[in-house]
Amino acid sequence: MKLLCCPVNGLRPVSEFAYGGEVRAMPDPATCSDDQWADHVFNRSGIPGVKIEWWYHLPSGVWFHAERDVVADRVLRTWMPGEEAAP
Amino acid sequence: MPFQLLRFALSSKHPEPRMFRTPERLKGSYDAVIIGAGGHGLAAAYYLARDHGMRNVAVLEKGYIGGGNTGRNTTIIRSNYLTPEGVAFYDQSVRLWQDLATDFDLNLFYSTRGHFTLAHTDSAVRTMRWRAEVNKHLGVDSELVGPEAVKAACPQIDLSCGGNAPILGALYHAPGAIARHDAVAWGYGRGADQRGVEIHQQTEVLGIDIVGGRVQGVKTSKGYISTPRVLSAVAGFTPRITHMVGLRTPIYVHPLQAMVTEPMKPWLDPILVSGSLHIYVSQSARGELVMGASLDPYELHSTRSSLDFVEGLAAHMLDMFPFLSHAKVNRQWAGMADMTPDFAPVMGTTPVEGFYLDAGWGTWGFKATPVCGMTMAHTVATGRDHDLIGAFNLSRFARYELTGEKGAASVGH
Repeated sequence: MKLLCCPVNGLRPVSEFAYGGEVRAMPDPATCSDDQWADHVFNRSGIPGVKIEWWYHLPSGVWFHAERDVVADRVLRTWMPGEEAAP
Repeated sequence: MPFQLLRFALSSKHPEPRMFRTPERLKGSYDAVIIGAGGHGLAAAYYLARDHGMRNVAVLEKGYIGGGNTGRNTTIIRSNYLTPEGVAFYDQSVRLWQDLATDFDLNLFYSTRGHFTLAHTDSAVRTMRWRAEVNKHLGVDSELVGPEAVKAACPQIDLSCGGNAPILGALYHAPGAIARHDAVAWGYGRGADQRGVEIHQQTEVLGIDIVGGRVQGVKTSKGYISTPRVLSAVAGFTPRITHMVGLRTPIYVHPLQAMVTEPMKPWLDPILVSGSLHIYVSQSARGELVMGASLDPYELHSTRSSLDFVEGLAAHMLDMFPFLSHAKVNRQWAGMADMTPDFAPVMGTTPVEGFYLDAGWGTWGFKATPVCGMTMAHTVATGRDHDLIGAFNLSRFARYELTGEKGAASVGH
């Protein structure tokens, strides 16, 4: 991967972006158990596959979602959170 | 031509035996199965056979011996860590390293060079002082030195680093060393092989049988093995193995790249590390400068290399050594580093009975090869964590008792 398509700014060199990790659901801290919270804080899905991730375009300050194959390093699509992903 | 070579031509049989046997097929059962024939896996097999009398052991390797991170690291050996648990552990490793060549009857090119961790900021100086005091308290030879000591050990260095990041001091660790990494895997492999351990290369683990929370056997690409004990020592493949046994871990995989220059006359005696410039560099016995930098910035399960890495690392090398501007880069490569949130490994027993982990070795595993083998062999043989690895158990995360070694990582990741 050398270029990444920011949903706002279009195709830009990957050096303009920062990786924000996999998109994960947070358990409710008020009701979840200590074990569930520790699992959320530390544990990750380390296995390879196609993952939905947070990425950040540094010059413009845009956070967005990318679907990426973490073995082939190929981005399948990118979109703004809350919006429908482009097909 | 040396006469020693002549006998190869005159002999009908090959007069030098191979380093290892190649077993024809897997047996139906073993007392223990070790996944991964890198330094860590083979060292565990060696100490299991030598110190615990467990010889009915198979080491399974999906590629070839030492072809993973054992053959991809930059071979630096040191024990100047930050936590008392870390220092005690890595110090034991350095002691084991020093006798290893005799143990194996094999030249490991173990070369004690002295190791400078350069500090370019006040906060880095403070961390170096902290590390030096922890180290000295535990009997490890480390001290904080000024820029003049760096210049004396390495006159070629530009202490101002191009004016961008002047060197304010350094943590000097005299026992810092480098070694020939392939030979470490071969030495442990041969030692284990001679004691009856079977090494099966080109044998991939496809699944692990768990019945009632207990290991029963291993499915491989060459058939099924029943065994009560499995040790996983597979570095960047760890999440795939823990997924097979249903364990969740904090391990995430990023590539770590390295490169070497063309060989040149010996000029760099010490090992130099700079956290601010993201460099570690030493000169190998062959004369090449062996250089590494920080991790690639995002998750990737691949050993591809990138031009960004060469450009970034070369620019920082030139800040430190402007005269290298004409040096050529000969090779670059990458390994898959299994990172943890606290920069300490994940070792020992797990909630699955009979399943042991030697993982989370990220970018700092080579130096620990002997002590990992020794402590994991003890853990596999007795079913209880060795005293030296208690602070590294997977259960520390659920208790929020992290073993914070990030301050001692070679470069700021």
